Amino acid sequence: MTTKILIGSLDQIPKGEARNFMVRDREIAVYHTHAGEVYATQPGCPHKMGPLADGLIGGATILCPLHDRLFDLRTGQNLSGDCTDIQIYPVSLTEDGRIAMELEPAT
Amino acid sequence: MTKRKLVVVGNGMAGARAVEEVLSRGGADQFDIVMFGDEPYGNYNRILLSNILSGAQDASEIFINPLDWYAENNITLHAGSPVVKIDRAARIVTSEAGVEEPYDKLLIATGSRAFIPPIPGVFGPDQKLKSGVFGFRNIDDCNGIVAQAQKSTRAAVIGGGLLGLEAARGLLNHGCEVHVVHLAKHLMEMQLDTPGGALLKASMEKMGVNVHLEKSTTEVLGEEHVSGLAFKDGSTIECDMLVVAAGIRPNAEIGRSAGLTVERAIVVDNHMRAIDDPDVYVVGECAQHRGKVYGLVAPLWDQGKVFADHITQRNLDAAYHGSKLATKLKVMGVELASMGITEPLEGDELIQFSEPKKGTYKKLIVRDGRLVGGILMGDISKAAFLMQAFDRDSPLPEERLSLLFDFGAPSQKVTIDEMPADMQVCNCNGVTKSAIGACVASGAKTTKAVMDATRAGKGCGSCKSLVGEVVEWFCGGEVEEDPSVHYYVPCVPLTKPQLIAAAREQGLKSVSSIFQALAGGVEDAASKPALASLLATIWADEYEDERDARFINDRVHGNIQKDGTFSVVPEMPGGVCTPDELMRIASVAVKYNVPLVKLTGGQRIDLVGIPKDQLPGVWSDLGMPAGSAWGKSYRTCKSCIGTEFCRFGLGDSMGLAAKIEKRFRGIDSPAKLKLATTGCPRNCSEALIKDVGFVAVGDGKWEIYIGGAGGAHVRKGDLMCTVDSEEDAIALGGRFMQYYRENAKWRERTYDFVPRIGIERIRAVIVDDSDGIADALDVAMQASVDAAYDPWKEALAPKTANQFASVIETAEV
Repeated sequence: MTTKILIGSLDQIPKGEARNFMVRDREIAVYHTHAGEVYATQPGCPHKMGPLADGLIGGATILCPLHDRLFDLRTGQNLSGDCTDIQIYPVSLTEDGRIAMELEPAT
Repeated sequence: MTKRKLVVVGNGMAGARAVEEVLSRGGADQFDIVMFGDEPYGNYNRILLSNILSGAQDASEIFINPLDWYAENNITLHAGSPVVKIDRAARIVTSEAGVEEPYDKLLIATGSRAFIPPIPGVFGPDQKLKSGVFGFRNIDDCNGIVAQAQKSTRAAVIGGGLLGLEAARGLLNHGCEVHVVHLAKHLMEMQLDTPGGALLKASMEKMGVNVHLEKSTTEVLGEEHVSGLAFKDGSTIECDMLVVAAGIRPNAEIGRSAGLTVERAIVVDNHMRAIDDPDVYVVGECAQHRGKVYGLVAPLWDQGKVFADHITQRNLDAAYHGSKLATKLKVMGVELASMGITEPLEGDELIQFSEPKKGTYKKLIVRDGRLVGGILMGDISKAAFLMQAFDRDSPLPEERLSLLFDFGAPSQKVTIDEMPADMQVCNCNGVTKSAIGACVASGAKTTKAVMDATRAGKGCGSCKSLVGEVVEWFCGGEVEEDPSVHYYVPCVPLTKPQLIAAAREQGLKSVSSIFQALAGGVEDAASKPALASLLATIWADEYEDERDARFINDRVHGNIQKDGTFSVVPEMPGGVCTPDELMRIASVAVKYNVPLVKLTGGQRIDLVGIPKDQLPGVWSDLGMPAGSAWGKSYRTCKSCIGTEFCRFGLGDSMGLAAKIEKRFRGIDSPAKLKLATTGCPRNCSEALIKDVGFVAVGDGKWEIYIGGAGGAHVRKGDLMCTVDSEEDAIALGGRFMQYYRENAKWRERTYDFVPRIGIERIRAVIVDDSDGIADALDVAMQASVDAAYDPWKEALAPKTANQFASVIETAEV
């Protein structure tokens, strides 16, 4: 059974950026897109452990700041064809703008 | 919804195209469509009649929509059935044959007819054209001319305009001696100036066409059949056939008899509706919009789109704003393109090249940096580019020479390689290079298939060979096409100058607004920093800084390292600091347990390996301004000892370096800018291999070198100029940097930019102000200087939520 955890509120992440959250001893990168959507992934790029939360968001993609690996935030799929995929976590918004996450990986 | 009935009077290019546009908008679900045409055919491309006359094409090849097309699209066509009456009160049209069709909406697209001037003898006793005399307007005219030409020896053409010359050239192919009789002082006076007209006359004569200028025809001679022409000056010529190509007249009578307002043609509003009746639309050569009646094909395509958008209610705001006229002459052996005005007005810029021996003449008229007129003869390789610039009113490259010639592009292949993806190949139908590419990619592998699918080459036909070459190029297989190579960023199909113009024009001041307005709302992560840099450059303090558009370095003002930590480099102009500052740096290094303290190549001290959340503390404890060591921006200015202690120094290099750093610190640029000043030509601070280097040469003079590099590329800078004072050194160095900021591609270092533009050209712009933009560059740079601030102040006032947080602890509920 999965548990939903309220990890914080959306206004802790500027629009178009991401922040790392410590969720039960696990670091998770949480993204807030320009469209107002929220996504969560593993924090490090599989290539050289680049901090994905420091990357550039475009639509629902994240570009790693170290070597430009590109991932789809919705699926975790590597889009630049030069890296393995990343782990994503199911995440949603409550009506009052808080971020709810399931700790069990979705992929 | 019950279907309404759309009746179209006129089955020419305008009427049929307008109907196609309606169908492409799903109009078949809204309307039952009925069309009336005078001619007993489907719809054909009237522009290609000259090809039939010359024998280059067969009549069957110029049909756009054969009769089957009407049946396939459930269109009722009354061909060969001219409409004689429109009863607007009863909403019924009646044809000559007595067919009556009621309508809900009516489209009048009756076009125009050949104008036959009332010259004595041009008509026979039956009020029809005298035997051997022809108009040149439709397939029947064409067939008649061809048949007559077989048995004729001398043909005359009245009219030395576009159509007359095309007719003359066609007649040559039938073995006739051809005479063109023209009223004006030179040929094609609407499209050409006097020298251009003279050159065209020479070309036509070389081909074998006899040209008679300033000849006013007073009589068409011959009893039964034409035998010659008599002129006002008393002279005559003999001929046994005559083609009259003296212009066209709109077929607007039907509008007048229906009670619509008719001036030169039927007057319409911006939705292409007759101004008297919201249910009656008019498009094509029978329509008069804002006082203008068009006789070329391109305006008619635009009008058809507006009509279709409006009548299908796809866009009730669709409005036609008039068209700019550009044309190519389709005469075999003569290359000619013309657009806009033919003579400059006072204050216009005139660019001309003439080589009469080769039949080459090029003339461009530029107003406010935009093309307002142009004539190209002989060599029209630049026509596509220029016609597009003219049509879109886009700013021209400052390199005027490149408007007239393609240097270093000997073969067509190179030209297609370099053709921007959004360049129109077919101007008539607005088909771009990339549209052809997409069509090839979707499986069309022949020119014909591409032409059918895109309509490229199906307007005037003059671009057909180019379409073929572009198709071939795309089919080439091995050729790697990246249409975005000319774009500033791949997701916006514009070059940097175009993008700057668009951003200024539309007031786009944030990266997200660029994506919304110019990239179809699609964000591209990799394009964001490039766009942010450009917007900061052009808007200065008006730029809306969205931090998410910045690379992480510019969000936290340090250079990210491989382990996700950052480096901190405080400002140290010319490599100079006070002992107190040095002690503070040391204390910070101890306090924060900084893993590495390193001198940089820019004569500064780098504290490497600082975690993000420690940055604000480090900056506050340092108490020094940011050294801008992380971004695509002005970085630093190093220096030698200069005059203060050095026994060889000729200029105060440390002092100048400090002034430069104070002025330009933190200024965004396409790539990093590393500067240096050196007190004498011994070049101890390596000013000769810097993006901008200042070398003291004595007497207060400084040499300014640009485009140098000592990195991945090693390149000695080019000497831009020598100035007399520090003030001038700063002013001209700054002016160059601004020119670079506005014109370099993203990430293009000065060592690529300077050779690309050329030092002579840069010197002309920056030092001699050849383009009159020096003041504007200085003003823009000053605005950026005024807008710059020390980002390390964000230590106390973060710009975004959790700006420096490495990780946020979750307070579980």
